[in-house]
Amino acid sequence: MITEALVLSAMIFVLGTFGVLVRRNAIIMFLCIELQLNAVNLAFIAFSRLMGIDGQVFVFFVMTVAAAEAAVGLAIIISVFRHYETVNVDNFKLLRW
Amino acid sequence: MIEVLFYVFAAVALGGALGVVWAKSPVGSLLYMVATLASLACIFVLLEAHFLAAIQVIVYAGAIMVLFLFVIMLLNLGHDYQWDLKGGAFSLLSFVIIGLMAGVLVRQFGENAITEPTAGGRAIDAALAQHGAVGAIAQSLYTTYVVPFEITGVLLLVAIVGALVLAKKGGR
Repeated sequence: MITEALVLSAMIFVLGTFGVLVRRNAIIMFLCIELQLNAVNLAFIAFSRLMGIDGQVFVFFVMTVAAAEAAVGLAIIISVFRHYETVNVDNFKLLRW
Repeated sequence: MIEVLFYVFAAVALGGALGVVWAKSPVGSLLYMVATLASLACIFVLLEAHFLAAIQVIVYAGAIMVLFLFVIMLLNLGHDYQWDLKGGAFSLLSFVIIGLMAGVLVRQFGENAITEPTAGGRAIDAALAQHGAVGAIAQSLYTTYVVPFEITGVLLLVAIVGALVLAKKGGR
């Protein structure tokens, strides 16, 4: 089951990467980043069956960082929405050439 | 039995991940994400990570997803049904490239398939039997990793202050 879990983790990570690359809605891009983090968590837990409990401790830290990242990221989205009245990243052109 | 359960939850997780990427409305995406998180929590249980499965449901599916839902409703994006996938050639190209990368990974894992129980797995089973699901992870968290644990607390404080300052009306 460890091998299957690692394969599943790779597939979910690819789907998350694909979502970040192709979706233009900032909130859905954030959701896809959370998907990637979860794929990594699954890989950590599968590897912890091989290496011992340390992998599970790392998953704990990853979840904490994900919560912090979601809070700060959503605050940024709210503040950008106040300025542009949209969350479509194609409209954020201030730093683009 | 456990294998069958694993494949069922894996199918739900993959379907949910597809739904997150393809759903038109942000709320739809979010609900698919909750399905993915719940089935991943079930897979965590099958991999003997009981405490993390509970945390996954409470913190991820409970708190973080509700935070996303709050923001979607606050910004009134619930009926934002326009198709916002970046079009055509770029999307196809990126899918082919990362699909190839995943193929290489899957081949690696398939060649080195692990079937018999391993030393780490036995150590985890022993720790679970001795300390219970929470004690097994706490034993390591509060001894070896106590400094990163404290730094994580500071990180959360910084995140709270940062989110407040960023989202404040008229904030600089």
